[in-house]
Amino acid sequence: MSTASAHAHVAHAEHHELGFVRTYIFSTDHKMIARQFLFMGLIMMVLGGLLALVVRWQLAWPETAVPGLGGILKETGGILEPSTYNMAFTMHATIMIFFVIMPILAGSFGNFCIPLMIGARDMAFPFLNMLSFWVTASAGVIMLSGFFVEGGHAAAGWTSYAPLSAVPSYTGVNWGQNIWCISLFTMGIGSMMGSINYITTIINMRAPGMRLFRMPLVIWSLFITAILLLLALPVLTSGVAMLLFDRTLGTNWFKPAGGGEPLLWQHLFWYFGHPEVYILILPAMGIASEILPVFCRKPIFGYHAMAFSMIGIAFLSWIVYGHHMFVSGMNPALGMAFTVTTMIIAVPSAIKTFNWLGTMWGARMQYTVPMLNTLAFVSMFVIGGLSGIFMASTPVDIYIQDTYFIVAHIHYVVFGGSIFGAFAAIYYWFPKMFGRMTNVALGHLHFWPTFVFFNLTFFPMHIIGVGGQMRRIYNPMQYEFLQHQQWWNVFITYSALLLGLSQVPFVINFFWSLFAGKKAPMNPWNANTLEWTAPSPPPHLNWGPTLPTVYRGPYEYSSPESKEDFLPQTTPPVGAGGARRH
Amino acid sequence: MLDWWLPENVSTYGQEIDWLFHLIYYITGVTFVLVFVTMLAFIVMYRDRPGRRAKYTHGNTTLEIVWTVVPALILVILTILSVPAWSRIKMTMPETDFVVQVTAKQFNWQVTYPGADGKFGTADDKMLLDEMHVPVNKVVRVILKSQDVIHSFFVPQFRMKQDAVPGHEIRQWFEATKPGKYEWPCAELCGFGHSGMRGWIYVHTADEYGKWAAENLTAEAAPAAAPAEQPKSAAAEPKKEEKAKK
Repeated sequence: MSTASAHAHVAHAEHHELGFVRTYIFSTDHKMIARQFLFMGLIMMVLGGLLALVVRWQLAWPETAVPGLGGILKETGGILEPSTYNMAFTMHATIMIFFVIMPILAGSFGNFCIPLMIGARDMAFPFLNMLSFWVTASAGVIMLSGFFVEGGHAAAGWTSYAPLSAVPSYTGVNWGQNIWCISLFTMGIGSMMGSINYITTIINMRAPGMRLFRMPLVIWSLFITAILLLLALPVLTSGVAMLLFDRTLGTNWFKPAGGGEPLLWQHLFWYFGHPEVYILILPAMGIASEILPVFCRKPIFGYHAMAFSMIGIAFLSWIVYGHHMFVSGMNPALGMAFTVTTMIIAVPSAIKTFNWLGTMWGARMQYTVPMLNTLAFVSMFVIGGLSGIFMASTPVDIYIQDTYFIVAHIHYVVFGGSIFGAFAAIYYWFPKMFGRMTNVALGHLHFWPTFVFFNLTFFPMHIIGVGGQMRRIYNPMQYEFLQHQQWWNVFITYSALLLGLSQVPFVINFFWSLFAGKKAPMNPWNANTLEWTAPSPPPHLNWGPTLPTVYRGPYEYSSPESKEDFLPQTTPPVGAGGARRH
Repeated sequence: MLDWWLPENVSTYGQEIDWLFHLIYYITGVTFVLVFVTMLAFIVMYRDRPGRRAKYTHGNTTLEIVWTVVPALILVILTILSVPAWSRIKMTMPETDFVVQVTAKQFNWQVTYPGADGKFGTADDKMLLDEMHVPVNKVVRVILKSQDVIHSFFVPQFRMKQDAVPGHEIRQWFEATKPGKYEWPCAELCGFGHSGMRGWIYVHTADEYGKWAAENLTAEAAPAAAPAEQPKSAAAEPKKEEKAKK
């Protein structure tokens, strides 16, 4: 495995105690599992990104040969057929959501941060943790295998609406869709193992003094994400099992011909799918709330409001899912109820945004690469949040449902939000994870073009969406009312290609820093939280013989108690023993 | 600038939708500008400069209340404004004697007119493929069905969209306000031929429509192939109650 060889360099203390396989492959060390999840996510991101570019090429220059695909699509000489195009966008979304963002944010940073930031030596169930990674990785391999079966991979969209997905003849895809179901079923099991582990660890294994409301907000976000994962993913897992049975065993859950109900799939899918959106964004919110105070040198504004708004989002995320189904044929009276809840869920998001702004007020901001990515997260999330209000209003949603406006919205939330959050986290924790600093110049060379081309790619999608361009169409030029705005599609594709190119400095930086980066000190950012009291990278079991003791909250920056502008959570109060309150 | 791109609206309820769209557009636009100006100002004002220490503050309860209540109020107002429009468009069915049945299938719209007897499923039904003719300023009721997968009835200029779900019979309506020829795409992924699945809706003046109907909907002009679809769609209709009622 390439991941294993890459890890050889950052190998650590336990190297001589455990063999190669137990250290790098079947490791139970949460930090190694975190690295494995990270590598898995980044490798899959390359594939997911390339698929997106293929989709973009087709939309800008329909039915022309896609450069580089001539060797793969031999029969057409590299020209995408409609069924191949459907497969490309289906797999782009499936891979990005399930095998990039979830493994990186929840999988990698969940594993890395939770024990280190609450002061535990490892996860509550290290073996289950290892199993969780390998089950998820198997799901990834199963998903990839779908590209090689006859009839191609799943092509019914990442939402796989039945009965299109339930009857092979409707798409012409047979095993591809089955493999899609099997892979997501497997992934669901892996994720359940992980979430049980996260919840148990956070509840039971906090260091002395680490009260719930002294936990860093990223831990709060991961805790809430784990609860959502535990309760939401099984719904998808059962849903895909039912879909697979419809396809292979002749059941009729979703097929009206046999008395089934197509809308049942949508209810199951979105009952999972809406919490899923928050599974993708909550960890990024946590990461932003973590990094912002460090580089503002200022306590987070409204710590409790931040924690409670995340709890609020988690509760509300169960009762808003119907807004995906306003025009689905669901009872319109239900649509009204979902409007109300959807409008309400915008409030905690607004609270978070204002608190981030509050944190920036009167700060002393250091524009490091992780900070730039965090600021990008905050600003892009604002746009993604505001565009969501259009959809919450049911009458407006009638028009923009299934248009590029929706595509723009999800990419502002999921790329502008989650991916910038992931980049911020990678740059921020890289020194702790791999023991080396990343290159600052390359970091800027990655961030600035990414930020610019991200906006040039996705903002115009709002415009063509308002113009009426539908999602998932193969060729906009087939429609007279879309022809006048085709130049936007060309513009977007150029931007997307440059956005893809902008990731090259990141790859170079990542691997160069992994092997040749400057050795990281224990606390390069002068941060307060517990992970910075362990060596970089932390050894097996994280700390020496004694675990850290926590005396204060995580964001005591520029506190009058200290001459320096930071005050680690482990610093005992002056005149020890007395004031425990903070 | 976003709203310049809206296609011309030619339906009665489209105006309500566009009004709400603009309202939300201005509210979010102002919010966006305020947040970004504040953020940029902070980024410049509070950059790291030597000799200055960051403010040591953990928050402010008054501010928290303000920025919880103000967005909540705006959203309540938006909800109050959205709900009646939604109710008029999707939950009420204006009286009309003009009913057409649209059956979606991979990858066409089949439009059925009831013929002279005003009933569907009889011998004088008239079927058209991918085209619908309606008079202007007349409420048109559409009985929407699907034969195979989910499709979505979308007419951008009418601001109308409704999924056609197999096994369901969904009632919708629209009233066009301007004669013309309007594109009628499918908006829900329905298979490899999804892109390019579209029809045309011709909105005629009352006179023109009368002429068209006389030429095309009378018994003599009926194409023989029409009734083939009927038994199938009847079989695909399960015992479930319809979901979208008035």
